[in-house]
Amino acid sequence: MSHFQCEQIMTDLLAETTVDRTAELARRVDALERRLTSKENTLSLVVFSNEFDKLMAAFTIATGAAACGMKVSMFFTFWATAALKKQGRQAGGKSIVERMFGWILPGGFKKQKLSKLDMAGMGRWMMGREMDRKNIASLEELVASADELGVQIGVCEMAMSLMGIRPEELINYSDLDYCGVATMLDRSSESNTTLFI
Amino acid sequence: MTNVSEIDLTGMKCPMPIVHLTKLMKTLDDGDEVTAFATDPAFCLDVEAWCKRTGHELVELVNSENRVSAKICKTETQE
Repeated sequence: MSHFQCEQIMTDLLAETTVDRTAELARRVDALERRLTSKENTLSLVVFSNEFDKLMAAFTIATGAAACGMKVSMFFTFWATAALKKQGRQAGGKSIVERMFGWILPGGFKKQKLSKLDMAGMGRWMMGREMDRKNIASLEELVASADELGVQIGVCEMAMSLMGIRPEELINYSDLDYCGVATMLDRSSESNTTLFI
Repeated sequence: MTNVSEIDLTGMKCPMPIVHLTKLMKTLDDGDEVTAFATDPAFCLDVEAWCKRTGHELVELVNSENRVSAKICKTETQE
């Protein structure tokens, strides 16, 4: 093989690998960009508490983010699952312990206690009156707005079964599904912000 | 033709002004203008942030005597 032939082969090889490398890099940059831009506009909330004030904060942030064009997903677990119940009678066919959970954790947003100064309902009543007076949106209004703006709610299946909460006991909400920690982690890893409330 | 409208958000508190604004925006066409009036002290900063996030153009923002008026031009963002 002449010196010239050798050089030619080397140049060809180099050109080939450069093209390959460039294509590979372009593909990786594309993928990264897609991940970054999709993440930029997604908020994930883990709602753990059933306390009225914390639920207010959770739904205010969720509706505000949805209004700002963010994709929002909320994951309800533990006590917060019970807060999603409608007011009214418990479903039939529950065990004694499940019924007790139902009594201790009543449904309806108005029945949820404040984390501070609830004073056996006095604080809650005063807070409600002040909110009315100052034209602050009620929790029910915030939930309805969240629903309208497409906020997604995932409910912890384990908490549902632990507390014996039946799907028919939960509020009417369009984008609501029952899921576990893997779904919550999947949704939160797609977001750039995850809050635990 | 550019559609010009107004929305009264006076008396509403956070987050309802931007929630109502968002709902209205969905019914408008690209390039339409809306002037929003609000009394929520947080609205002045919030409407700027809201425009930044949603991509709508904040044409004019006036804050006087506890009353904020914001003129916004609907801008469709390319995904």
